[in-house]
Amino acid sequence: MTQSGERGPAPSAEPVLEVRDLVKHYPITRGILFQRSYGAVQAVDGVSFDLRPGETLGVVGESGSGKSTLAKMLIGLEGPTSGSIKVHGKDITELDRRGAKRMRRDIQMIFQDPYTSLNPRMTVGDIICEPFEIHGDVLPSSERRGRAQELLEVVGLNPEHINRYPHQFSGGQRQRIGIARALALRPSILVCDEPVSALDVSIQAQVINLLIKLQKEFGLAYVFIAHDLSVVRHISDRVSVMYLGRFVESGTDTEIYDHASHPYSQALLSAVPNPTPVGRESRQRILLSGDVPSPADPPSGCRFRTRCWKAEEICSTDDPELTVRPGSDHPSACHFAEGPLEVGGPR
Amino acid sequence: MSEQLAQVSTSTRPRGLWDDAWDELKGRPIFWISSVLILLFILMAAFPTLFTRVDPHVADLSRSMEEPSAEHWFGLDRQGRDVFARTIHGARASIIVGLAATLVTTLIGGLLGILAAYLGGWADTLISRLGEILLGLPFVLGAIIILTTFAGAQSGAGPALVITLVVGTLTLLSWPLVARIARSAAYSVKHADYVQAARALGAGPFRIMFRHLLPNVMAPVIVYGSLMVATFISAEATLSFLGVGLRPPVVSWGVAISEAGDYIRQAFFLTAFPTAFLCVTVLAFVMLGDAIRDALDPKLR
Repeated sequence: MTQSGERGPAPSAEPVLEVRDLVKHYPITRGILFQRSYGAVQAVDGVSFDLRPGETLGVVGESGSGKSTLAKMLIGLEGPTSGSIKVHGKDITELDRRGAKRMRRDIQMIFQDPYTSLNPRMTVGDIICEPFEIHGDVLPSSERRGRAQELLEVVGLNPEHINRYPHQFSGGQRQRIGIARALALRPSILVCDEPVSALDVSIQAQVINLLIKLQKEFGLAYVFIAHDLSVVRHISDRVSVMYLGRFVESGTDTEIYDHASHPYSQALLSAVPNPTPVGRESRQRILLSGDVPSPADPPSGCRFRTRCWKAEEICSTDDPELTVRPGSDHPSACHFAEGPLEVGGPR
Repeated sequence: MSEQLAQVSTSTRPRGLWDDAWDELKGRPIFWISSVLILLFILMAAFPTLFTRVDPHVADLSRSMEEPSAEHWFGLDRQGRDVFARTIHGARASIIVGLAATLVTTLIGGLLGILAAYLGGWADTLISRLGEILLGLPFVLGAIIILTTFAGAQSGAGPALVITLVVGTLTLLSWPLVARIARSAAYSVKHADYVQAARALGAGPFRIMFRHLLPNVMAPVIVYGSLMVATFISAEATLSFLGVGLRPPVVSWGVAISEAGDYIRQAFFLTAFPTAFLCVTVLAFVMLGDAIRDALDPKLR
């Protein structure tokens, strides 16, 4: 569980992915002929991070926190409202069509649901060869089938199954096919949008271990999005906690998991089931009241204040920045950031 | 060793949806029965003299409405013409109208439907509303207006022009139905993850429309299309009956059925034979459509 610290990349390496102040607002419009915009859903609102080669950034947060929108922007499926995404130093939001197509070789995605991410009417061979057909100059057509079989072998599937259809595979095997497709163009960054949450628990570990193996083999950098905290800890070097479109806390896995300083992170971590009976009674859960506020109308000041037990006057007037707070060693967006997790606070 | 290698290379030779669909079709009796029937009817349409040497226009009024006999297998019609010869010769007009109208309708409707779903926004609104306007028009009324305008009884339009106009009218009034089916089928997968994955790989609009949306649209459109052949052949009959479609001396099943309909109690066989041919043709197309649809869905294999 905790060997992730040793897998860390050389800290001096140039980042492969630099994200600055990324914002995505979806306008809410009314009217069919004459559309008027009256507000916006602030799906992602000012996210920044760096990702170095071979590193894994875990992004955790509950449903509706903007994780998937972030992933879609990273791979260029959605254009950001503002902010920049630099892949190998090039801003992908400013690329022309040709450059955008070229960029796709560097950054690929693994999807959440292996049952919908593979076209049911295409053979596995066609699915894995599609990247080569789109980027025709990567590989001559005579070598594509062979490469597809190599890729199947890399992800632990039988290369002779190349002519089968997706429905002939199990969920875990399908996810491996999705991984093979994402690897085809030899990207340096993989965005994994909840890659194991649709799988059986017994299969999750296999797929996670495959991802770790591939990272070592190809030096991949991962943006690993999930809501399962233990899975994220297992694979991530650094973790960012997302709430209502923003990162509220960022740090190494130990910093977040053992010394969470933001109340939201503390509440999230207190919800992780504890498998060891010893000491289970002394642990207390922080139960948050209410729901996540609507991203179309987020609270003023700190976005978490409506559900926070520490909230005071300042929280509704001053928006806390994501900076290193006194008494802590990693950035946190809370006016009252605390040191080590002290679960069982005033409730 | 070489045997083993050969085995491996056959098991891994490139395969796709169409190869597998063809392999599947080859093993289905339904496919072969319907194909043979359709070929037979197409042969009948192309070379009617292979099946009968009797001239369908020779009339012997003294033998009007004679029952079927060894000499005239299907009997004689009201004007004393050989029904067998007329049914064989009638295949041409009926099959041309049925097939051509279905083909054009399916292509135009399918393409517009996929475009509407893929482009969305204004294109979708334009195509969908235009289709709804055309569907709002009563079919027979619309056809009468178009056909009397362009090929009225006095215009002296030749059979080829009339057939083209009938096909054009049927297409114009029916494509919205296909477009609707295609649009909804394409729309249901437009946001599927596998389409997103293709976009993330850099796939252009053509690849997404034809590689990912089209196969999903094919199944319902083929099924509908095979039923449409029947609808169009009988619609042609309706228009003939109303005097705005094909008209004598052109021979077609529709013309024959509408002519004989008035005497169904005196001479049942006059209606029965052309109708039987029509039904078997329609059945053959429906069976073929069904077999193709099943073969195109890997899960049904």
